[in-house]
Amino acid sequence: MSEKMTYREAVRLGISEAMEKDERVFMMGEDVGRYGGCYAVSMGLQEQFGPQRIIDTPLSESAFTGAGVGAALNGMRPIVEIMTVNFSLLALDQIMNNAATLLHMSGGQFNVPLVIRMATGGGKQLAAQHSHSLEGWFAHIPGLKVLTPATVQDARDMIGLALADPDPVLIFENALLYNAKGELDTAAAPLPIGKALVHREGKDLTILAYGINLFKALEAAETLSKEGIEAEVIDLRSLRPLDDAAIMASLRKTHRVMVVDEGWKSGSISAEIMARINEQAFFELDAPMGRVCSMEVPIPYAKHLEDAVIPQPDKIVAMARRLMEAI
Amino acid sequence: MSEFKMPSLGADMESAVLMEWKVKEGDHVTKGQVIAEVETSKGVIEIEVFETGVVEKILVEEETECAVGTPLALIASEGEGREEAVAEAAAEPEKVPPQPEPPSKEEPLKPEPQEEERPAAEPAERVKASPAARRKARELGVDLAALAAGSDRGIQLDAVEAAAETAAKAPEADGMRQAIARAMSRSNAEIPHYYLSTSVNMTPALAWLAALNAKRSIKERILPAALLIRAVVKALEAVPELNGFWQEERHSISKTVNPGIAIALRKGGLITPALLSAETMNLDETMHSLDDLITRTRSGRLRGSEMTQQTVTITNLGDLGVERVYGVIYPPQVAIVGLGRIIDAPWAEGDALSVRKVMQATIAGDHRATDGRTGALFLERLDHFLQNPQELL
Repeated sequence: MSEKMTYREAVRLGISEAMEKDERVFMMGEDVGRYGGCYAVSMGLQEQFGPQRIIDTPLSESAFTGAGVGAALNGMRPIVEIMTVNFSLLALDQIMNNAATLLHMSGGQFNVPLVIRMATGGGKQLAAQHSHSLEGWFAHIPGLKVLTPATVQDARDMIGLALADPDPVLIFENALLYNAKGELDTAAAPLPIGKALVHREGKDLTILAYGINLFKALEAAETLSKEGIEAEVIDLRSLRPLDDAAIMASLRKTHRVMVVDEGWKSGSISAEIMARINEQAFFELDAPMGRVCSMEVPIPYAKHLEDAVIPQPDKIVAMARRLMEAI
Repeated sequence: MSEFKMPSLGADMESAVLMEWKVKEGDHVTKGQVIAEVETSKGVIEIEVFETGVVEKILVEEETECAVGTPLALIASEGEGREEAVAEAAAEPEKVPPQPEPPSKEEPLKPEPQEEERPAAEPAERVKASPAARRKARELGVDLAALAAGSDRGIQLDAVEAAAETAAKAPEADGMRQAIARAMSRSNAEIPHYYLSTSVNMTPALAWLAALNAKRSIKERILPAALLIRAVVKALEAVPELNGFWQEERHSISKTVNPGIAIALRKGGLITPALLSAETMNLDETMHSLDDLITRTRSGRLRGSEMTQQTVTITNLGDLGVERVYGVIYPPQVAIVGLGRIIDAPWAEGDALSVRKVMQATIAGDHRATDGRTGALFLERLDHFLQNPQELL
């Protein structure tokens, strides 16, 4: 069964399906209840499931994330919503020092089956404090899984995948995607966590992207195709674990690779991916690896500046042309 | 104490297989002694040690492929203790054997100001190629250095694959062909050649030689080729400017005359090994050395020094019926002598016209190093010796 819906609706569908299936699942966060969530993802869910399962919390990321850790330890299946990734730093102690470490520190006795959803990314003129892309930071932390659904299908499927995982899973939803529409196959089996997906086949170069940049990469690939350059576009889907096998397999085909990452370049997930390629597939490279990242400034408010700072299809095209030329 | 390194025996050589050690640890060796055999694309070549001393340690086993510049053995100078020598070598890994004179052929490909102080065998200049291109080149046996010549762009996979395909279609484009291609392209691009030609009446020389040979056993007879080489060497002694190198915008004249003799190989290809120190040889010795050089060239047993120390080149295409050869100078040499076929031709002397044995002798000179006048003097001297062959004994 296939139906068309927005990314927002797909996330909501994923949550409601999970809540219907498992009584232990509940969601909490700022404005998720009566207001319907700041991106209207949970609109109507409180009416459906009641204030016991869709819980409005005080403005204290550390407190309600910590409560989520406690609930998970006690057998519940909490979904914690943090409005944007910027605010997640207030809960970093709970995420990293508790959620990510407890399984190890308890000698394997305590899993923390916590799911944290948050909006990420720029492009909505929300200025620096609401626009950053820090998912690469979280991908640095052992003990966490970091998912970046790009498609409507993943927006829905990843909620269920994350809840089924016995350990903490962070889901980063790019805020620009909420209004995007796509096809959802309700009957399809979800693609497991840790698998990347080839969205477009190509022989000349590999573009690795995730989240909204998947679509920018596909647009760039379209342009490149008119120039006779066939780009293979891969949705990473998961930043931790990374699907090394899929990355290297594509590289073995194209011998050129670039990463599109909305994080800042220095110390980014793109840097990690390039390092892994160097370690695992150096001799497949036929050109230096390339990457398109955000400029290393706080994301500006002004639209033209914001557009200039974050990755765009034309920058991806330019980088691809560079890779195709000689070194 | 020094390291004996894998020498570079040609512009295309990146590595060679050490086939056989002629010495063992503890052996006393003298400068110029052949101490190992290596196999390159040109065949098996004997390599010589550059100093007198004792083989302290053999670092590489037989039948090992080594890159140019790989230390093969440690040689202790005389009087140096073994322990101390090894320690010193460890402490001074950069110490290298002295540079043989004159410098090897491909050095101008990577010019450096102080030729004399440079290591004898330095790894070839780094080729800019993608990792994938490198692996493919290794798999397909493509010479990356040859591909890189003349290009600032890095080599990518498609270039290697294209080269492999071309090589498959044209099997003669092997390492040797490519080495020649590279050297000759460079020569034509960089060296402003001047060409001079003169007709030499060979009748007196051939008559003299026939008379000489008539008194000798077959084994002791002198071939015209040896006579010609001897004449060229004598003429170069008289006009030494053509026997040397143009390097670093500087003209240097070689004290020894090591003419590179173009010798065709039976399996195809061409090598110009040097007849080392030809100026010290009389006619008989020239004949003997030439015979030995040709035999060893064709059996692939040349020495490293013979492959690298040419100071001038002599090309003789006369046996193919060509009357006149204008050569392309092999850099960094500054001249190439061309000798054509000896033909019966009308020859005017005074008022009389007669038929004589006539050979066209040419010289192509590097105009940066010398002028046409130098070349003309050389041809004049060459002619003189061939008119007075007794001076060649």
